[in-house]
Amino acid sequence: MSEPRVDLALALGHGLAEEDWERILDILGREPTYPELGVFSVMWSEHCSYKSSRIHLASLPTRGECVIQGPGENAGVVDIGEGLAAVFKIESHNHPSFIEPHAGAATGVGGILRDIFTMGARPLASLNSLRFGPLDEPQQRYLMRGVVSGIADYGNCFGCATVGGEVSFHPRYRNNILVNAMNVGIVRSDEIFLANASGPGNPVIYAGSRTGRDGIHGASLLASSEFDEHTESMRPTVQVGDPLTERLLLEACLEVMKTGAVVGIQDMGAAGLTCSSFEMASRARTGIELHLERVPQREEGITPYELLLSESQERMLLVAQVGREDEVLEIFRKWDLEAAVVGQVTDDGIVRISWKGSPVVAIPVDPIAENAPRYDRTTAARPPSAEPLDLALLAPPSDAGKALLSLLGSPNLCSRHWVFRQYDQLVQSSTVLRPGGDAAVVRVPGTSRALALSTDCNPRFCALDPYLGTQHAVAEAARNVAVTGARPLAVTNCLNFGNPERPESMWEFVEAVRGLGDACRALGTPVVSGNVSFYNETSGEGSIPPTPTIGMLGLLEHAERRVAAGFAGAGDAVFVLGETLEELGGSEYLAVIHDREGGEVPRLDLEAEARLHALLADAASDGLLRSAHDAAEGGLAIALAECALFSGHGLEVRLEGDLRPDALLFGESASRAVVSVEPAHSERFEALARRHRVPCARVGTTGGSGIQIEPGIDLALEEARESWSRTLPEALG
Amino acid sequence: MPRVGVLVFPGSNDDRDLLQALAERGADAVPVWHKDRGLPEGLAGVAIPGGFSYGDYLRCGAMARFSPVMPAVEALAGAGRPVLGICNGFQILCESGLLPGALVRNRELRFLCDDVRVRPEDGGRFALDGDDLLLPIKHGEGAYVPDPERPPRVAFRYLGENPNGTTDMIAGVVSDAGNVLGLMPHPEHAVDARLGSGSADGARVLDAFLGACLAGSA
Repeated sequence: MSEPRVDLALALGHGLAEEDWERILDILGREPTYPELGVFSVMWSEHCSYKSSRIHLASLPTRGECVIQGPGENAGVVDIGEGLAAVFKIESHNHPSFIEPHAGAATGVGGILRDIFTMGARPLASLNSLRFGPLDEPQQRYLMRGVVSGIADYGNCFGCATVGGEVSFHPRYRNNILVNAMNVGIVRSDEIFLANASGPGNPVIYAGSRTGRDGIHGASLLASSEFDEHTESMRPTVQVGDPLTERLLLEACLEVMKTGAVVGIQDMGAAGLTCSSFEMASRARTGIELHLERVPQREEGITPYELLLSESQERMLLVAQVGREDEVLEIFRKWDLEAAVVGQVTDDGIVRISWKGSPVVAIPVDPIAENAPRYDRTTAARPPSAEPLDLALLAPPSDAGKALLSLLGSPNLCSRHWVFRQYDQLVQSSTVLRPGGDAAVVRVPGTSRALALSTDCNPRFCALDPYLGTQHAVAEAARNVAVTGARPLAVTNCLNFGNPERPESMWEFVEAVRGLGDACRALGTPVVSGNVSFYNETSGEGSIPPTPTIGMLGLLEHAERRVAAGFAGAGDAVFVLGETLEELGGSEYLAVIHDREGGEVPRLDLEAEARLHALLADAASDGLLRSAHDAAEGGLAIALAECALFSGHGLEVRLEGDLRPDALLFGESASRAVVSVEPAHSERFEALARRHRVPCARVGTTGGSGIQIEPGIDLALEEARESWSRTLPEALG
Repeated sequence: MPRVGVLVFPGSNDDRDLLQALAERGADAVPVWHKDRGLPEGLAGVAIPGGFSYGDYLRCGAMARFSPVMPAVEALAGAGRPVLGICNGFQILCESGLLPGALVRNRELRFLCDDVRVRPEDGGRFALDGDDLLLPIKHGEGAYVPDPERPPRVAFRYLGENPNGTTDMIAGVVSDAGNVLGLMPHPEHAVDARLGSGSADGARVLDAFLGACLAGSA
């Protein structure tokens, strides 16, 4: 087998910097072997090492009463009562999904599922946050069809319900679509497994699919650099998924964990075998010895370098108690999976890897893992928008009803039914509220409790002001959960940004992290897991808008108290909660009706936001709410219209205020919700709102077959539905 | 109540939901592993759950019909005992010849998860009343194509729009002898109106299966 000459030039070709090369020589006291260079390049890639983000992420609030496991493991874990815990995380698979949308999105789902069951949890529900370029461009339609079918194929076949998420469109995602996949699983609080390689002498076991040549350098090259003219040639770095094997791996892992023979376990995701062995040894402060020829292989002739860097899917690395290897291997074989003892835990803090008796890698764990390079990169604040928005120059629409129809049919606000109907929303019989509303609600099996789950980010706000925009993302994700009656508990996040080596992108990132931390502290929702995706930009064409996707988990103590977004019947009183100001900056209305994106991001008072959440939780638990829906993108008019469209019950309301009518109808002031209440409960509800100091205005009544909103809107429900529901099917077939 | 078996193939995703739904309706429901060569003692009937047996990488149900457990299921059906196949279970029953016809890809070539109304017609040995049912469907290959040589006894037809391009709105069929029932909608996901599809109509289908099991092979 011939290997290339290992030198600085080869290191640079691996995405390492010159200073990294010096550091490697320093750590090893010699030149690295070819496999060692591969190991350094993936371990020190942005994707695996978080070298540009780490010092900033350290500022996030990660502790709280409910937190069992914060960031640093495969996923975060929070206490949900009755001896149970929720395990959850969101992760990006952006670059692979652009290059090969079906396989890229599918393996994104597969990766996040493994992160959850690695910790001993059975995956309960998936969500995903998707961003594409303009819907009217053929390439974007191709990408969207592929991504949605990839998510559907993997999740449906694996057997985990996909219950929610979001889809949005913006020209700046044209060359860098985003695919963020989230999963939540349930585990007994005393049966959580961690990714530790403890106990020198314990066997290291490989289980799952055989290793092939797919996904090599997925993490180091594909995920850790900008797209350029060579991107198309990187298709082989995208992995290929096998959801049936993943399902068998889940069942086998949960069965093996029950034996008590498992000491630690980690999935082989980004950077495969390399990353999992170094990370497991690093967490336990041990070493690992691996014999690569024992790794089950898909074909002959795979080199040690390829075995170490392959990102073949559906693989796990386990450390078992010495003497119990056979018990573990037997269970994997029962499920028709490959399993082999490939090495053992050592006590010298070095990962030593051999190939047919010859050493190929000997690298001390600490310098490469825990003490990987960290950068405090230069930031430069973006100059404020050259064209501040002057509302006086924009006339309110002469026909507000027509404007509402245009908004209902616009790609960012239209019905997502085309997407969600491709997902199995029901498997495992836990889904209480299906996708399409604010948050999905899933019952915790064996209890009366339920989890409310949402993902959210408004990239337009984040582009205008990354600090405030990120706070809005946290607030809205929490509000989505709160309108179902749940208490927001904890956060996972997927921070999608441009090239961190560009000071402006880095500034956006730092501002977003600051906003994330401040908002999570104010709302009492600690950050328990997350993922950073940099380099979402294409040479010469700029970056995506900053997109810190928030995944929020909330808890409902009584599943049957959950509140849906659509009206529940005719004759209920409709209330608007919160305050509407003259805020049109960054709104969908401005973009769709006036083709403008500027202005000021709406103000956000996080204390008022928290009061709204408390009111919603109390009102739901008292059984006062017939429906509750967040008012955000598209403003009150869209929120009210959606309550009618979700349910088939019309409404007649009058919105009062001294504002411009378009600001009243379509402005996106924060911390608002639309609720309906039985008339007999109205006074009790208003008293509760006063107690929580939440502005509360009774605006009208549900019922009828029209959407009548004063000022200026009088539409037939069916006309609105026509506009709302046909956009995606017409575009996508 | 009767003892019934629920087959478990690699990739049978709805097996646990079906076991639970049958147990909640009083059945002694036991999982049966696909590698077993026989069925447990004393089974009054067998149900084949939805999911993606063997990943359905080849053609839905095409691999599962060759599982070691299937000859015993065919013998049970031959003896006149009730066999119920839901979604992937329906596909497996067609592949194995226990039901006539075949299920092909949906008209739009996409997976489809939605709620549908179906009307019971000829339930054979499964005593279904005539009321319409609201049930969820979730499948990629649910368009029924009849075998011209063996026209089916139609157990269920979709109402409203044809969801997947199925022939004559067929949603489920029953065997000539009336003891094997296959349907694409998922009764096990509609037994608790507080959940997803807001319907408990699926209980009527499961009760009809258990009723047929109780009645024995007469």
